[in-house]
Amino acid sequence: MAHLPDPSNVKKQLIQKYPTKVARKRSQQIVINAVAEDKTVPEILANVRTTPGIITQRGCTYAGCKGVVLGPTRDIVNITHGPIGCGFYSWLTRRNQTRPEGPEDHNFMTYCFSTDMQDDQIIFGGEKKLRQAIQEAYDLFHPKAIAVFATCPVGLIGDDIHAVCREMKEKLGINVFGFSCEGYKGVSQSAGHHIANNQLFKHVIGRDDTVDPHPFKINMLGEYNIGGDAFVIEDILERCGIKLVATFSGNSTVGKFENAHTADLNCVMCHRSINYVADMIEKKYGVPWIKVNFIGAQSTAKSLRKIAVYFDNPELTARVEKVIEEETKAVEAVRKEVKSRCEGKLAMLFVGGSRAHHYQDLFREIGMKTIAAGYEFAHRDDYEGRRVLPTIQVDADSRNIEELTVEPDPEKYRPRRTPEQLKALNEKGLEVKGYEGMMPQMDNQTLVIDDISQYETEKLLEIYKPAIFCAGIKEKFGVQKFGIPCLQLHSYDYGGPFAGFKGAINFYKTVDRMINTQLWSYIKAPWQVNGKPLLEAELVNS
Amino acid sequence: MLLRHTTSEIKERSALTINPAKTCQPIGAMYAALGIHRCLPHSHGSQGCCAYHRSTLTRHYKEPVMASTSSFTEGSAVFGGQSNLLQAIHNIFSIYEPDVIAIHTTCLSETIGDDIPQIIATARDKKYIPDGRYVIHANTPSYVGSHVTGFSNMVKGMVTYFAEPGTQTKTINIIPGWVEPSDMREIKRICYMMGIEIILFPDTSDVLDCPQTGRFEFYPKGGTTIEELKAAGRSRMTLALGRSASVAAARELDSKCKVACEVMELPIGLRATDQFVDTLRRVARVEVPTLLEDERGRLMDMMTDMHQYFAGRRVALWGDPDQLVSLTEFLVDLDMRPVYIVTGTPGKKFLSRIEKALRGKVPEAKVQEGPCSDMFLLHQWIKQEKVDLLIGNTYGKYISRDEDIPLLRYGFPILDRIGHSYFPSVGYVGAMRLLEKILGLLMDRQDRDAPEESFELVM
Ligand code: SF4
Ligand code: SF4
Repeated sequence: MAHLPDPSNVKKQLIQKYPTKVARKRSQQIVINAVAEDKTVPEILANVRTTPGIITQRGCTYAGCKGVVLGPTRDIVNITHGPIGCGFYSWLTRRNQTRPEGPEDHNFMTYCFSTDMQDDQIIFGGEKKLRQAIQEAYDLFHPKAIAVFATCPVGLIGDDIHAVCREMKEKLGINVFGFSCEGYKGVSQSAGHHIANNQLFKHVIGRDDTVDPHPFKINMLGEYNIGGDAFVIEDILERCGIKLVATFSGNSTVGKFENAHTADLNCVMCHRSINYVADMIEKKYGVPWIKVNFIGAQSTAKSLRKIAVYFDNPELTARVEKVIEEETKAVEAVRKEVKSRCEGKLAMLFVGGSRAHHYQDLFREIGMKTIAAGYEFAHRDDYEGRRVLPTIQVDADSRNIEELTVEPDPEKYRPRRTPEQLKALNEKGLEVKGYEGMMPQMDNQTLVIDDISQYETEKLLEIYKPAIFCAGIKEKFGVQKFGIPCLQLHSYDYGGPFAGFKGAINFYKTVDRMINTQLWSYIKAPWQVNGKPLLEAELVNS
Repeated sequence: MLLRHTTSEIKERSALTINPAKTCQPIGAMYAALGIHRCLPHSHGSQGCCAYHRSTLTRHYKEPVMASTSSFTEGSAVFGGQSNLLQAIHNIFSIYEPDVIAIHTTCLSETIGDDIPQIIATARDKKYIPDGRYVIHANTPSYVGSHVTGFSNMVKGMVTYFAEPGTQTKTINIIPGWVEPSDMREIKRICYMMGIEIILFPDTSDVLDCPQTGRFEFYPKGGTTIEELKAAGRSRMTLALGRSASVAAARELDSKCKVACEVMELPIGLRATDQFVDTLRRVARVEVPTLLEDERGRLMDMMTDMHQYFAGRRVALWGDPDQLVSLTEFLVDLDMRPVYIVTGTPGKKFLSRIEKALRGKVPEAKVQEGPCSDMFLLHQWIKQEKVDLLIGNTYGKYISRDEDIPLLRYGFPILDRIGHSYFPSVGYVGAMRLLEKILGLLMDRQDRDAPEESFELVM
């Protein structure tokens, strides 16, 4: 590893140009990592507002709700209630793949539905148009469910979308529900995830009690099937003999959500976007949850083993081990080769609310070091681990979002494991309901930066000149103008999948291709490199 | 089937838009503002809109798109966005040091009714705006018009804020409308060939098609300068290309600085380019250079050579009004049949402009603008009676695949191809490129469908 600059110096450079107030706040969101013996880490400021005028990676509540959580479900007609833009921009842009079982099955993901509000609805209210739009959607498509998403102006003019939904549910006899996910609520997409989860929990989960007799039933939470990730995970689980009841929400259907509470274990991938659902299902139905990570070959193996430990069945364990063994061979061959070319190089990840953590495992596997990382919309627990949950102060922006009080269901509550069993599992090293967070897994003296700004990104690139930078589309081309490749980790640059063992191989190859191409070395023309003008004498002599 | 629920049976809709053929105002304003040198577009509203607009522009141009936001939260929605905007202006000038901040509103700040000029004045009083720097604005409520309206409003804002009257110069203003950076470059090239001095605004060339140099320039070298925008008020006249996108600014120049304007269609295709060149010749009192006449001649040559493959082919188009009008005229000139034409951008004038472009030659044509004019409707028409070619943005690829009809990607946004923004489609050269692309699509299709015995080597 090349000599690295002193991180406290770097931090200074990142914030020195800011006006005092901004600098003060940013300095709490930029932390030099230091992991203690007991895995505690320094405190980071997260899930706070982005300062106006700062160029941020963040999106909005609507994007988190409609775009992230509900978007990937194929058989819901998702109507965006608002002016045309919001619906337009969330139309098919997240690469959520889906695979309807037959040609007759519903699939509305390729469609964009909007009430396209006009100024007279802004003045006189849009409820009438919304009601009519729901009716028209029903008449045209006869879907199982219709969901309505409120955008900024809707909240402001006070349309009661929930009343309209209730009324239309009654009238049409199908499930119609709404999301008050106006963009201004909360400080990022994260608020939208929360709102989405609450409504799914209230209106969908638990409506179908049919129990599959399969002994090893799980839900996968926080997996959105970007680039086919969920397909890879589905395949692995099936080969292991684990039954997937529902995935929230990649490649999903309403029917699967309705049945999700019958599973015996919830596996949480993206902690940030969905830990609420896991907690609520546990409280109401008695299903415990564990944190898993199917990004990275070793993490995938580890996650499969966690599931096996939970079910504690020799046959299942044997199948899991067999799958891991089979897959690992192929992975290792590629990994070793790629590692020889990537070892020691630097990576940076600034993306999502879990991705900046998960993808570090893949880089580690090929010998690369993550020198700086951070999330777009995480909370402190995603950085520092759930142990800080009791100390997180709820500010006004979070208080806006409904917090459901969940009680055990008088009929359906069935604890899958007794407290003693859970304790025993914990002793075996299976942390139930736990998440350690990103920082404890990062090296000391690395930089952890929450809600990174464009300015800080530029500075980091200048100072460290990493081999690769991972972010989203808005950052990509700016980074590449520095001559540094940028891998989009929201969309995988339209490659992938990157999950599971197959995905790990894809990822190694992608990174290898990106950082070891000769293309970047051609940026300067020969005359720009040896820019000395030819003397006339040289021409004459040649 | 990707659009498996679309049937040919058309049911009356009045409230539900399905697969829109337009998007919202601010993105157009953001694109226009990027055409000012050293300008940072600023979105006054919640940060989601800004993120969406930047993402979509980036996906289309494959270039960095910088823009800041007022990052509204619930409090700003209740109490107004003044304090957010003041903070933003202060921070932006401290950190990003632009020459100009171009503010556009979103539906949120519009609905609240934030008074932007008043907030700018307050920012000036508070000395948040350094000397020699500017803050301009445009109102861009998304519940009126479309992205084209937003573009038009911001271009008009440039005039309102900058154009200064004075002694007339020889210069001609050209407002290019919503076209690609390459198109703006092509317009400049034509004028250069003709020896005409122009001020082009906005000008996104060298902003959204930047060379890779290994150095990131937060403000790329392109864009119309403030000096040019000021001088636009003293130009001899203005050519406004594309009624929907450019007229507002041209009118404003006329009333503010008495610069006369001529409005014409976007120079896409033979005759629209002819009109453009001829007008330039006339108003600048120059001769059309042989080089340009040769370009025209080569285009004519291609058109006559290709005619047999084009004549009678049915085409469906969707997109922005100005582009649709010129494209339609071009297709009709080639004896093609633009039978279905849809724009989500409302505006009654569109219908008469299209009618003029159709010249009564395609009586079966169905044209629709305004509410519920969307790609769902267009698809339903196609299901009723097929077409040979689709022309429109990326979102048409689903129809293209389901119905097995070739698609010429044209307009905004194009999210699934790279390179379109580097080649012009205006001017004679642009028309040549369009022809080559269209014929390529039709012939690839013919090759694919031909039975073995009639698979042609020479076509
Ligand atoms: S809230 Fe308005 S301005 Fe923002 S994306 Fe939606 S339609 Fe566009
Ligand atoms: S970390 Fe990512 S998958 Fe999770 S919510 Fe994200 S963008 Fe999403």
